[in-house]
Amino acid sequence: MEPLTWTGPFGSIVDPVFTIVAYFFIITVVLQIIGSFVLPAIEESVNSDGTIKRTMGPNLMIAMGVKYSLLALLALCVLYILAGMFTPLGTVGIIGAVAAQFAPVWIALVITFLLSITYKRKLGLYGKLFDSLIGMIGFGLLMFWFYTALFVGLFDMVATLDPLTQASGMKNKLPGTPLRGAEEGQYAYYLLGGDNLARDVFSRMVYGSVIVIVIAPFATLFAFMVGITLGLPAGYFGGRLDAFLSFLANLVLAFPVILLFYLLVTPEIVATGIPNYMAMVLFVFPIIFVGVLLNSRFYTRPKLRTPLLSAVLLAMIWIYLSAISAPGTAISVLPGFMDLFDINSGILVVFVSVVFVNSPTVFRIVRGLVLDIQTRDYVAAAQTRGEGPWYIMLWEILPNARGPLIVDFCLRIGYTTILLGTLGFFGLGLPPESPDWGTTINDGRKLLSIYPHPAIVPALSLLSLVLGLNLLADGLREESLRD
Amino acid sequence: MGLFILRRFGMMVLTAICLTYIVFFLTNLYPNLEKLAKTQGNFRMSEEAVASFLGDRGYLQPTPVKYLQWLGVLPGYVKVKEDGTQLGKCVRPGIAAEDTPRFCGILQGDWGFSTVAKEPVANVLGSRLANTGKLMFWVMVVMVPSALIIGVLAGMNEGSRTDRTLSTTSILSTATPEYVSGVIFIALLASTRFGLGPWLNEMGLIEGKALFKGTAKSAMDGITFENFTLPVVTIALYGMGYIARMTRASMAEVMTAQYIRTARLKGVSFRNIVLKHALRNALIAPFTVIMLQFPWLLNGVVIVETLFSYTGFGWQLVNAAGNNDIEMLLAVSVVSVFVVLVTQLISDIGYVYLNPRIRIS
Repeated sequence: MEPLTWTGPFGSIVDPVFTIVAYFFIITVVLQIIGSFVLPAIEESVNSDGTIKRTMGPNLMIAMGVKYSLLALLALCVLYILAGMFTPLGTVGIIGAVAAQFAPVWIALVITFLLSITYKRKLGLYGKLFDSLIGMIGFGLLMFWFYTALFVGLFDMVATLDPLTQASGMKNKLPGTPLRGAEEGQYAYYLLGGDNLARDVFSRMVYGSVIVIVIAPFATLFAFMVGITLGLPAGYFGGRLDAFLSFLANLVLAFPVILLFYLLVTPEIVATGIPNYMAMVLFVFPIIFVGVLLNSRFYTRPKLRTPLLSAVLLAMIWIYLSAISAPGTAISVLPGFMDLFDINSGILVVFVSVVFVNSPTVFRIVRGLVLDIQTRDYVAAAQTRGEGPWYIMLWEILPNARGPLIVDFCLRIGYTTILLGTLGFFGLGLPPESPDWGTTINDGRKLLSIYPHPAIVPALSLLSLVLGLNLLADGLREESLRD
Repeated sequence: MGLFILRRFGMMVLTAICLTYIVFFLTNLYPNLEKLAKTQGNFRMSEEAVASFLGDRGYLQPTPVKYLQWLGVLPGYVKVKEDGTQLGKCVRPGIAAEDTPRFCGILQGDWGFSTVAKEPVANVLGSRLANTGKLMFWVMVVMVPSALIIGVLAGMNEGSRTDRTLSTTSILSTATPEYVSGVIFIALLASTRFGLGPWLNEMGLIEGKALFKGTAKSAMDGITFENFTLPVVTIALYGMGYIARMTRASMAEVMTAQYIRTARLKGVSFRNIVLKHALRNALIAPFTVIMLQFPWLLNGVVIVETLFSYTGFGWQLVNAAGNNDIEMLLAVSVVSVFVVLVTQLISDIGYVYLNPRIRIS
């Protein structure tokens, strides 16, 4: 079989058009940047009757050029994707084949965007996101990886081959190489080439997204639970408690992150069970948070409070015990039949250390917000009403701090993704054959200048996900500041 | 002011003691010591051999005692074997038994002995720090001016096209961690088979096949444009976006201030408003950000030095942590904690100094 080219026979017609439009776009963007300094902002001329006539100045013309060439570029990209989805394999080359593999993701994305844009006025802050272009692009990138992880992890759809199987003769092969001796029903190509152990780069990249999309948001959520549960009282009560907690937070923050990872994530430390004990401490915080949250709201209505609180706490404590206890580790408290699930010890260690690194920063942010919001009138009003301190913290201050916290949450998921990549890059935590992006980049970097594709593919994936989260945070910040 | 600095300094020492104790505790856990014994002796040591190896060298004392010995408050552990040779914390190869000092800790200026390099820690770390110093210097030279220029240009016309383009660029740069940008740069600019190098070579613009070097190994002997550009740019890029965004925010805030409006109404040209009125006040916030960026740079340094095999401080950290080189790791953490806390102190003092509205009484 012939190896696939990048765009196939379809590309030989469309590629030249794409190149011309792309060059035009780049030239207009450069012109626009220079023009905004050199050319006059608006073209005006004063008529004889004293009125002012405003015409389209050179800057606006260039801006139109940028806009239309960008739209043309996007239309061409959509054309490639559609052609790839609806023509047989090979017509649109590698790009088309990859686009066809991502078909369920495209469909899900289109449906999400259509629904959200239709009902955006009814959706609050989420709907407002669709007013800003930056926010939409960020949301699109994030959802692209979310849906990819969903379809790969739950339905096993997007990937072409197994991420761990090594195929003979496929070592370091270039993108588009046909799989040697492919069996019936097996995908016949290594779409994005093979890595130095002859595994399929495309499938590894796609499977890697599952690990990131599962760990990063959860770890960030736990870090927020810890940060909020400790930051609220520190800011509200102040005094000794604040001094002590701030000192602890600064202590963790003064650690170079990588040194901390090396100290926590080596197999020797894992053998001592320290990460398990840390998990034991860190995983308590969501229970405390939810318990106090419900209790402070409903304690005046004991008939509702008591059953609700006991049911929620019972469920959470069961999940907590299942999460921390695993046979063969330092903590094994639950008997096997009650243990709902076991967390892989490598993933647990990575999870715990990422939460540990992130929570002091969240603590500082929450504490700062509380110090600011505490002085508002509605807090004073609640105090006068005789509300308890925890009610004020959780039901008066926290909802009013949600804007900055949501923005920071998005940014922090991105930062957590970067941290996960760093761990993989140093070969810490996850097993060496794991398809996550950091580990794959670390694998590929040894032969980088000869065979760049095994490292470039996960690097660009990680970049696009983090970029998406940052753009989303930027869009949210802009939209929440607007009102 | 003096009292403020003194209190901060006391806090700094307390933090440093707590942190080094944590590092000490974690590196002295038994599995780590076992690994150390096996790498020092041989990998097939029995349990008893490991225990006697560690016991002879004083590793099995209680951790607080060992920590105080490392600090130099307690006399170092000494054990004289039957054949008269001395083993212990203060024993150095090539120094006679009667010359061995009783105390050898940080307070005596002795940073310990690296079990991997077989050399005193101070010697090794000194040269590593010098290498990293060079790298940091060039990173600062590239990063700070470009970040400030981008931030000021974006912030002086908030909401304009320039602002949008530059802000998106800085978001892109903060979203690119060093290991991603480094990999992309090496593949694009330092590869002899792909990217720009072969293309420029074909056109006859450059002599070699690659534009830059993918490793910085040769930079230890002499820094050239070819071998040092990529590491410097890789670190600078990640920090740049953040500083630029802070500068932009601060510039945009200053541009809405009353006195800028007054200047505009007076008829001062836009150029003069930006350069003479706004710039100084807009640069107060970025100053603190730049100082607080140092700890982040430290992370970048570790990644980039590993990626480009440049034997500096970060490379040493990875090496020491990978081999459980306890005293080296402690020295590394002391240095990094020192860097973090001193930059915090400088940023606080500088902020007070630059901003006339804040005075600590």
